[in-house]
Amino acid sequence: MQTEFLEIGNGKAVARDRIPHLSFDDFRVQAMGLVEGGGKVVQYFAYEEGGGIKLLAVLRTDRLLVAGCDAPEAYPSMSLACEPFHLFERELAEQFAIRPEGHPWLKMVRYHPNYRGREDIFGNDYTQDIPGNYDYYAVDGEEVHEVAVGPVHAGVIEPGHFRFNCIGERVLHLEIQLGYQHRGVEQLLMNVDARRLPIITEGIAGDTAVGHGLCYAQAIEALTDTTPDAGARIIRTIGLELERLANHVGDLGALSGDVAFLPPANYCGRMRGDFLNMSLWLCGNRFGKGLVRPGGVRFPMTDVDRETLSGRLDELKPQVRHTIELLFGTPSVRARFEDCGAVSTDDAHKLGLVGPAGRACGIAYDVRRDFPTEHYTQLDIPENAKPTGDVYARARMRADEVLQSMDIIESLLQAPVSTQCVLPVDLKPASSAMVVTLNEGWRGEVSHCVLTGADGQIVRYKVKDPSFHNWNGLAMSLRDTGISDFPLNNKSFNLSYCGFDL
Amino acid sequence: MIKTLQNRFEQGYRTSRYPKEPIQLPERYRGRPQIVPDAPTELVARCAAACPQEAINAESRRIDMGRCVFCGTCERLSEGRFVAFTQDFEIATAQKEDLLTDGSLPALANHAKQHFKKLFGRSLQLRQVSAAGCNACEADLNVLATPFFDLARFGINFVASPRHADAIVVTGPISRNMKTALLQTYEAVPAPKVVIAVGSCTLSGGPFQGSPEITEGLDQLLPVDLFIPGCPPHPLTNLHAFLSFFK
Repeated sequence: MQTEFLEIGNGKAVARDRIPHLSFDDFRVQAMGLVEGGGKVVQYFAYEEGGGIKLLAVLRTDRLLVAGCDAPEAYPSMSLACEPFHLFERELAEQFAIRPEGHPWLKMVRYHPNYRGREDIFGNDYTQDIPGNYDYYAVDGEEVHEVAVGPVHAGVIEPGHFRFNCIGERVLHLEIQLGYQHRGVEQLLMNVDARRLPIITEGIAGDTAVGHGLCYAQAIEALTDTTPDAGARIIRTIGLELERLANHVGDLGALSGDVAFLPPANYCGRMRGDFLNMSLWLCGNRFGKGLVRPGGVRFPMTDVDRETLSGRLDELKPQVRHTIELLFGTPSVRARFEDCGAVSTDDAHKLGLVGPAGRACGIAYDVRRDFPTEHYTQLDIPENAKPTGDVYARARMRADEVLQSMDIIESLLQAPVSTQCVLPVDLKPASSAMVVTLNEGWRGEVSHCVLTGADGQIVRYKVKDPSFHNWNGLAMSLRDTGISDFPLNNKSFNLSYCGFDL
Repeated sequence: MIKTLQNRFEQGYRTSRYPKEPIQLPERYRGRPQIVPDAPTELVARCAAACPQEAINAESRRIDMGRCVFCGTCERLSEGRFVAFTQDFEIATAQKEDLLTDGSLPALANHAKQHFKKLFGRSLQLRQVSAAGCNACEADLNVLATPFFDLARFGINFVASPRHADAIVVTGPISRNMKTALLQTYEAVPAPKVVIAVGSCTLSGGPFQGSPEITEGLDQLLPVDLFIPGCPPHPLTNLHAFLSFFK
């Protein structure tokens, strides 16, 4: 279709006066047209400037496209015809009190007052500090019962509330209410001294410190016209793959534990730690905090480092491979994984699922293949997609990616890597510019979008964790599934609470 | 079956000998900061100004481990001439004041409350509450259950209910939305109970200091018995703290 949306590059700054400023009606029609034609929403948010509120959307087809408009106070909801906007519209309503009229399910996202001091769209006064000030979706029926779980869960995990409507053990509907982790990250990023930004972005989701840290660093690099050297790009790629390895291996172990097959659970728990310790070796932090900074990396990859990491990988590789073979070769494990919590490809498209959760439903999208940055431009990432959408597919996806990531790191450690480590410097972002960055974190597409004002100050910093797309996938997977399979499904998605709550 | 056994042999025995034998962490690990007392004033001021966490008190030449995220900016800037991070991970304290340090820390074992050792020395059940933690602190507490650390061999476990717990282990900067749930969990733990604060966020608000959505220090809400600094604390820091404080 004809569109006035402007094509931009991943991590490429663009002058804001080049971004098409459409009438709201054109913006709405064209954005919906692109998404109905198979596009996806990467970012859709509002920001305040010059006393007015404006909207900006970054959509992706096989290209990245951007356009903006003035925000109306209320408008006919796009979600009705075009589901991928659903959560973005709710977020807009919560942050800026812009009402999407006729939205199919307009409820709060993170439970906080809007940024403009307007009357609350959801009728909350925020005197209660629990995001439960809301009538949960209820199913009527004599034998229907509700199960409420959280915010404090039984394990050592983050808080969130799950409300199940069941008949017997069969789940009719799962409603997930988050917001307990809300720390005001986006507001903080716009208002604090620049030296704090890398620390805050690495804390958006600590298990995705490299993913979010990379999005931040690339955004600042684009806005300051800085290019990290080739060595830094390799080290950053290794950092992101180590993060993927540690988390995926940990998830495989947890999945095994959830079907009561304990050997892989314990082996994976230990091996996950070994991958974290490789990050520790590289940058002094098990989660990769402090590795990536605008302009490059803070630590070199010496020949001793390469030898050490290669040696550890050589030792781990057969152990990981054998543990995966054990896990998937055990009939009782397959019996629990297969056909459990299936999400259809059609639903996955409508929900906008990304990362392994999306690939497990047959959506091959992978930022490393589709919009590569860093050293991924030189790598051949295989197309991973499984059509079944069940726990098995989500587990198998992780196993495949684990094996691939080990190969990637192994190959990158072959040749000497030289880089000029960066020191803290005052970087002055370009004025009136916009940049969007995307990276394939272990959960999927992590994206930051930064807008600067006339003197280069940040006027909007928008963060999107892949979990923002994927939580509804978990809710969908529970439909018609036994409630006792919730832990297994939950772990097969393993989404971020704080990444969603910001 | 044969595969299960093959895997078992390949995996071997992995449990660490710590604390009977010391563990050396890698060179780039940033543990207890050591201050160089006679560093030039100008250098100290520069480090204090560059610290993203405002954790350096230039006047007293001390570093507040409660605010510090151990990013190492001051060490890099001063090239070790003002601050050097050592590989010493045994950095928990029983008093908040002790977090403000020049590199010397009181021995935790001597500062622990003796009746806690008597009550919980042989069996300690912990209820973890994540209150807006970024999942790094949570993950590195969780890892204590894996074979390398094997927390259970010390009689220490994480339990599912506060009713079964002797202590709560809090992570995160305690968001406004999580405050009530945290306080209710604390209430549900039978007395006598212990409060353990883990990570920079819980000690001071950490990276999120200044946000109206969070609490700048758990001690503003509850009496904290044990302060474990780090972003996140290394699992061995947590393990050392638990063992020294309760054993």
